[in-house]
Amino acid sequence: MNMTDTNSSSTAAASAPGRRQGEVILDLQNISLRFGGVKALTDISFNIREHEVRAIIGPNGAGKSSMLNVINGVYHPQEGRIMFRGEERKKMEPHVAAQQGIARTFQNIALFKGMSVLDNIMTGRNLRMKCNIFQQALWLGPALREEIAHREKVEEIVDFLEIQHIRKTPVGALPYGLQKRVDLGRALAMEPQILLLDEPMAGMNVEEKQDMCRFILDISDQFGTTIVLIEHDMGVVMDISDRVVVLDYGKKIGDGTPHEVRNNQDVINAYLGSGH
Amino acid sequence: MGFFIETMLGGLMTGMLYALVALGFVLIFKASGVFNFAQGAMVLVAALAMARFSEWSNAALGGDSLFLANVIGIIGAGAVMFLVAWAVERFVLRKLVNQEGATLLMVTLGIAYVLEGLGQTFFGSEIYSINVGMPKDPVIMFEGLIEGGVMINKEDFIAAALAAVLVGGLTLFFQKTAIGRALRAVADDHQAAQSVGIPLNKTWVIVWCVAGLVALVAGIIWGSKMGVQFSLVTVALRALPVVILGGLTSVPGAIVGGLIIGVGEKLSEVYLGPFVGGGIEIWFAYVMALIVLLFRPQGLFGEKIINRV
Repeated sequence: MNMTDTNSSSTAAASAPGRRQGEVILDLQNISLRFGGVKALTDISFNIREHEVRAIIGPNGAGKSSMLNVINGVYHPQEGRIMFRGEERKKMEPHVAAQQGIARTFQNIALFKGMSVLDNIMTGRNLRMKCNIFQQALWLGPALREEIAHREKVEEIVDFLEIQHIRKTPVGALPYGLQKRVDLGRALAMEPQILLLDEPMAGMNVEEKQDMCRFILDISDQFGTTIVLIEHDMGVVMDISDRVVVLDYGKKIGDGTPHEVRNNQDVINAYLGSGH
Repeated sequence: MGFFIETMLGGLMTGMLYALVALGFVLIFKASGVFNFAQGAMVLVAALAMARFSEWSNAALGGDSLFLANVIGIIGAGAVMFLVAWAVERFVLRKLVNQEGATLLMVTLGIAYVLEGLGQTFFGSEIYSINVGMPKDPVIMFEGLIEGGVMINKEDFIAAALAAVLVGGLTLFFQKTAIGRALRAVADDHQAAQSVGIPLNKTWVIVWCVAGLVALVAGIIWGSKMGVQFSLVTVALRALPVVILGGLTSVPGAIVGGLIIGVGEKLSEVYLGPFVGGGIEIWFAYVMALIVLLFRPQGLFGEKIINRV
């Protein structure tokens, strides 16, 4: 731990040890998204740097999930440009985003409920499997070796997330907190460049939240994955993120380090009401 | 004793054929969460294509090689089923990603009518025959064990064996391969499947192709048994209780369900029939399915529905 970091807790989080902010990997320019007459996002610009933990926060209905779905390719903004590694990204399907190395988890958990934890995480390896349908159907050597190699990787993730004891359980039967963890595991199995987390802490108790925070920081430190995280609980976010974007009613009202954002008057108004 | 075993074996073999049709339902349900009412129409189209292509090529070949004509027939029918799979994905399913199950169900009803119409337009609506050289003569088995032996229909036996191989292979394909896993993933959650990079379009084409293949095998077997005609569509109706009994999501369930209903039908017809004046065969399967539904709504082998509240 660096001595200067201990001066204030917010700057300590902003430059957490071992974390390096790299080049801009994703640059969102003047994004506007409408559903019919409803403006979900209005003229929003911000960027995401490599290796950082970038939080998008805001009250309910601020447009956080819409923003995530834009990044993920689920929604296509009517206006604005998305630059991925310096190149303008075309309109695309979510599975193409996955091919470009963007993985995500879901706010309401979208796991494959009938399948075991292992199978769920194995689906995250899908893109990295090269054998064709005939090799697989006939169980040829390459397909078997491939399956084993990927299974090893999945076991590493299972160990990392400390879910060894539920490996074979169908996820539908798991408690909520563990399902969230499996959801994270499946995204991790893709070895993504950018990991999008949609309210990873929502509905969790204090211990589960702490576990989740620990995993997020470990992922960032160990794998250097760029993490974009949505939360409406400010407390958690301030502790683990490098930079924070604040949305309110589909507009950007703040952007900067947790310390800067915390002292931004617009943000305070949005969260506490302008009467305070 | 010999008669009892004979009835039972007959039932088992018919059951295997039910299972074959039921398998088509299960495959599509597993991979897209859709109950495919068009399965019967697919069997009809596959059988029609097979019958007509082999008939035409037999005529073109001057009747020299029935084997070659049948091979051409199978390839032609396979191509037709691929075309059906592609068209269904391209023009129907692609527009309906993330829609309600009920919407998709109604759509398959529509697909069924379109297939029935187009199939008969292109291939004709007469009664055709498929001759793949199935032996028609019955054989007597187990003469040493049971007095008088047990008479078995060779055709049924071969058909049942073929169905068993197909069913076994597909079970392994679904449970043990990466593509099988991807198919199950798509069935479970479209959005999540896309997020891990599984392309829905390709997956659906694969599933409908496999279901088309199963329909083709079912079409050839049923077609060579009862002739290729419009009533083949009703074969699918017979498989309905099988799927309900076995569970919509279970390939082994389709087999066991088929066997139970096949055997149940035959035994009840022979042993209970005389008391109620016969005709049990027609409704027996549905009653059994109903009873199973009362106790196990997910079917015997279906995935248990877990709802968190």
